[in-house]
Parts: sequence; C-alpha cells; structure tokens
Amino acid sequence: MNVGLEHYLVVSAVLFALGLLGVVTRRNILVIYMSLELMLNAANLALVAFSRFNNNLDGQVMVFFIITVAAAEVAVGLALIVALYRRRQTTHVEDLNLLKH
Amino acid sequence: MHLQTLPWIILFLPLLAAVVITLFTQRDRKTSATLSISAIVIGFVLTVIFIKANSFNPEVKEVSLNWLDIGPLQAEFGLRLDALSLMMLLVVTGVGSAIHIYSWGYMHEDRCFSRFFASLSLFTFSMLGIVMANNFLQMFISWELVGVSSYLLIGFWYEKASAADAAKKAFIANRLGDFGFMLGILIVWAALGSLNFGKLEAGLADNPAALGSLATLGGLLVFCGAMGKSAQFPLHVWLPDAMEGPTPVSALIHAATMVAAGVYMLSRTFFIYTPEALQVIAWIGGCTALLAALVAVQQNDIKRILAYSTLSQLGYMVMAVGLAAPEAGMFHLTTHAFFKALLFLGAGSVIHAMHHEQDIWRMGGLCKKMPVTYWTFMVGTMALAGVWPLSGFFSKDAILAAAWHHSMPLFIIGVGVAALTTFYMFRLVFVAFLGGERSHEVGHAHESPWVMTWPLRILAVFSIVGGVIGVEALFGGMLHPGGEHPHGLAAQLVYPFKHAPVAALSGLAAFGIGLFAAWTLYARAKEDPLPARIGTLSRWMRDRFYFDELYEATVIKVHDATAAVVDWFDRWLIGFAAVRGSAGATSLFGNVLRFIQSGSLQAYAFLLVLGVAVILFFVLGR
Repeated sequence: MNVGLEHYLVVSAVLFALGLLGVVTRRNILVIYMSLELMLNAANLALVAFSRFNNNLDGQVMVFFIITVAAAEVAVGLALIVALYRRRQTTHVEDLNLLKH
Repeated sequence: MHLQTLPWIILFLPLLAAVVITLFTQRDRKTSATLSISAIVIGFVLTVIFIKANSFNPEVKEVSLNWLDIGPLQAEFGLRLDALSLMMLLVVTGVGSAIHIYSWGYMHEDRCFSRFFASLSLFTFSMLGIVMANNFLQMFISWELVGVSSYLLIGFWYEKASAADAAKKAFIANRLGDFGFMLGILIVWAALGSLNFGKLEAGLADNPAALGSLATLGGLLVFCGAMGKSAQFPLHVWLPDAMEGPTPVSALIHAATMVAAGVYMLSRTFFIYTPEALQVIAWIGGCTALLAALVAVQQNDIKRILAYSTLSQLGYMVMAVGLAAPEAGMFHLTTHAFFKALLFLGAGSVIHAMHHEQDIWRMGGLCKKMPVTYWTFMVGTMALAGVWPLSGFFSKDAILAAAWHHSMPLFIIGVGVAALTTFYMFRLVFVAFLGGERSHEVGHAHESPWVMTWPLRILAVFSIVGGVIGVEALFGGMLHPGGEHPHGLAAQLVYPFKHAPVAALSGLAAFGIGLFAAWTLYARAKEDPLPARIGTLSRWMRDRFYFDELYEATVIKVHDATAAVVDWFDRWLIGFAAVRGSAGATSLFGNVLRFIQSGSLQAYAFLLVLGVAVILFFVLGR
C-alpha cells in the first residue's frame, strides 16, 4: 500500500478533531490542556506532511517554531493552572465561571 | 439746562428698588416699602424737575445708546422725551406714587408685604420703559415685562385659585395680542428698515406709500398689541377677572397705567395707521365702550363695576384714536388715570373698612361712616360721569367732538355710553354710600388711616382740575399741530361749548338722563329693580353677555382638543415609541444576548472553533 499525502492529512484531521472533542467535553483543566497540545501536534503533522510531499522545508521550519512556542506555552499554562489551583482549590472548568458574573 | 441723565435715573430707580428688595430686604417690611415708595416718589420729583428745566418740549428729544448692531438690524436703547412721553411720565409716576403710598396702608397686614412692593417696583420700571422707549424693540421688551409683572401682581394671592387663574388668563390674553404686535413690528421693520419712532415717522412722511399693500395689515397687527393690553373687544375678558388682585394693583394696573399703555402706544405710533385701519380701530373701541358699559350696569361687585367702567372708558380712548384724534384719547387717558385711580382707591378703602366685603348690596349708608372716602369717591364719580367743570367732562367732550366731526353712529354710541356711565356709577353710589345700612358690617365700618385717605384727597384735587390745566393743549400741540387749542383757564372752561356745542350739550344731557334714571330706580331701592323690568337683557348683562362661556365653548375647546392631540403625540409617539422604544429595544436585545454568555470556557472554545469552521467554509469551500 502506498502511503500518500491524503493519509497523513486524514490522520492529522482525526487528531485535531479528537483534540477539539477533548477541549469541549472534558471537565478537568489539565486534560483540556493536553487536548490542546494534541491539536497543536495535529497541525504539526499536517505541516510536516506538506513539507515532505512538496519538497519544501518551510513547513518543517514552521513546526520547529510551533514546538518552541508550545514549550513556552506549556510552562506559562501550567504555572497558571497551579496558581489557579492554589487559589480556588479546583481544576474543574465548571467552577471557573467568573466570566459570567 | 438739559439734565439728560435724569430720565435714565427715573427709569432705573424702580428696577434698582425691585432688585434690592428681592435680594436683600425681603424680611424687613418697612425698608422694602420705603425703598419702593421712595423710588417712585423720587422719580416723580425728578420728572417735575426735568420738566421745569426743559419745559414739555426739550431741545434734545432723544438720548440713545447703540445696543445691538446685527447686519441691517440696529437696536437702540434710548429714551424719547417729548410732550407725549413727559406727560405720561408725570401721570405714571404721580398716580403711581399715590398708589404706592396707599398700598402701605392697604397691604399692611399682608404676609408678603415685601414681595408686593418688589413686584410693584418692577411693574413701574416696565411701565416707564414703555413710556420712554424710542423704538419698537425696546417698547416691545418693556411691553412684555409689563405683562410679566402684571401676572405677578394679579396672582399676588396665588394661594387663591381664582387669583391664580385670573393671572394666567390676563397673561395669556395679553400674549395673544402681543403676538400680533410682534408680527406688526416685523412688518414695519421689513418694509421700512428701522425701528426708531422718529425715523419711521420721517420715513413715512417722505414716502407715505412705503409700507405698500401691507400698510393696513401692519397697522392692525400693531393694534393687536394695544387690544391685548388695553383690553379691547374681543380680548377684553381678562380685565374684569384681574380684579382678583389686591385693590391698589387694580388701581395701578387696571386704571392708570398698564391698560393705558395700549392707548399710549397707539398715539405714539399714530403715523403708521391707514384710514381703513383707523376705521376698524374706532369701531372696536366703540363696541368695547358700549358692551362694557352695558355689563357694568348689572354688576354687584364694587370692583367689577369699576373694572367694566375702565373697559368702557378704554373703549372711548381707542375710539378717539380711531377717529384720528389721538390727542383727545391721551387727554381722556390722563384725566381717567386720575379719577379712576381715585375710584379704585376709594373702593379699596371701602373694602378695607368692610373687611373684604365687595358686594354693594351689603353696604349702604357708608357716607356717614367714611366721609373722606365718600366725598372723594363722589368727586371721582362726577368726573367720570362728565360733570362740568370736572376733568372728565372736558376729555369726554373732546372725544365726542371728534366723533361728531367724523362718524355719526359712533357719536350716538358715545353719548349712549356716557349716559350709561352716569347711570351705573350713580347706581353704585346710591346703593353703597347712601340709604340705610344693609348689613351689620356697615355698623363696624370706620374711616381708613391717613396713608390711605391722603392719596384719595390728592387724586380728588387732580380729578377736579385735570381738565383745565393745559393737558389738552399739550397733547394737541404735539399730536395735532395746527389745530386750535385753548390756553388759559377761562378759555379752557368754555372751550367745549364754543368748539362743538352739540357734543358738549349732548354730553351734559347724557349725564342728566343717567342721573335721573339712577335716582328713580336706585335712590330708595331695597334690591335691584332692573331684573324685574328688563328681564332677559338684565340677565345677559349680569352674565357679561356670555363671552367667557362663548370662549369656553369655542376657543378653549379647540385649544383643549389641540392640546390633547399634541399630548397624545408627545406621550405615545415621542415619549413611548421613540424614547422608551429605543431604550426598550436595546434592553431586549441585550437580554437575548445575555443567554449566549454562559461563562463556560468550553462553550466559548467550541463557538470559536465553529466560527473558524464557518469562515473556512466560506473562504475555501466554495
């Protein structure tokens, strides 16, 4: 079986959809966070696949940037979650409804 | 000696007094009254000094400052000083002084003594403003100020509903007339490009057709102003109601000054009236005189009789102007100011003594209790009725003579009104002062204090001699140059009989008939015999020919209907639909949008992705 661009993109789309599903349905903020990472990596996979099939390194460069930014984001995001937990004693999004009030 | 600053001082002293009383001396009754009285008495003295120095014909007739200069509109603030305004100045300050002093006694027990004097001074200032104005604009401003201050004075006892209503009625009727006055001023200004009386007169003398086709209309519109202020038919309804004010106010406003303003203005602007306009003016004056005299015959309230008598005499004056004899109108205005102020103050003295009883059928026999009031009232009555040689005879004769020369029907009306005048005035005297006591209040009545009787005495003297002190020649010389005018006491005494004997003799005959009728009907009457004799007519007279009811049914109905429509428009279209509608729509929209804001992060995230998907679908998918 010959693996083509479409297969990579389908996998990427499935990963992205799973990530989105996690973000929308999960209640624990840490799990939501991991789902977000999953979506980022789905994007990375698509970029790498395009790069490989178009013989253009631009996409790979972009992936490096995304990984870097994602690492920084994880640091900031986890710090925020820890700070939030310390203050509110919870990581459930349903308890974090200050936006409404 | 010119003493040009004196008129300014005379004009502004009462205003100063009003301001000081309002701002500083509200609580100090005595100071307030002193301020107000001294303002007008000093004004009177300064007027006399000015006239002594300059005679009635100063070399410099105008002093003015440029006030506004906007394009073609040049508004001056100036004073015009000629025989007309100087004589009027004497009357206003002179009669005004007597009334101010009298008010001290009459209003002594009133709670708002200071407010009364402040309003009185404001009124005096406005009135002097009308008298001395040298242009239409300034006159109009003072004219409106008189309207405002009369509103304040008529509604002085505002806690009485009738007084508050009367004040509103007077103000609105005046405003109606003033609207016409303003339109008239605009027409004159548009056609002639100036508002100054002197310039207008000169312009019209050079080119009589300058006003063009609008001449009659413009004149009649200006006359509308006089119709409101001088209470001419059909705007006469406010004057009798205005008697709700304190009696000194009735004397000041509704006898000597405010209502005279209309006639004064007509004389001042006499040059703009075309013959057709004068015809209308004369007939309106004649109708007012006749109607009011008929109504006065069947009134029982002492002040109302005088009010209708005032209306009737104002009709006379306006008729005189309409008959191209403004000098006769001004002459009658001057003498009328004396004797009508006297009559009102006399009536006030009676009312004061009777503890605010105004019905003449509850008086009677007052001549023994209040001799000074009785004799001065008698002088006023005789002067008003036109007894030779009292002042009223000469001025009324001047008007009758003018009517005799110009219009027979108006002459007959004039003589008839003269007879009616005598009749209703002697009816009042016979019922109120002579005969037996009709109620026990009469037993307690006593003569008024000297602050009230001395003004009566002084006014009585002027009511007697007012006709022969050269007033006629003075006005005649200015308003009707070239005509013959009597000089010297003896010449003035016999002048009416030489000049127009028919008019003079008819006037005396009218007096005789009126007196005889009043004597036979009322000398020993226990109650009014007239209703039994003339039935329906008497009821119509008593009910003032149903003018109030007529206006109630027509003008006020139409007004109320219009107001209701406008109210509906304001309440529902503007208030409800536009204002509350837009606010309600915003709030409703907000309420709906509120449901979207759930506070749930995940819902937001989902919507965000949904939005991105929709955008992508539109950008890429098609």
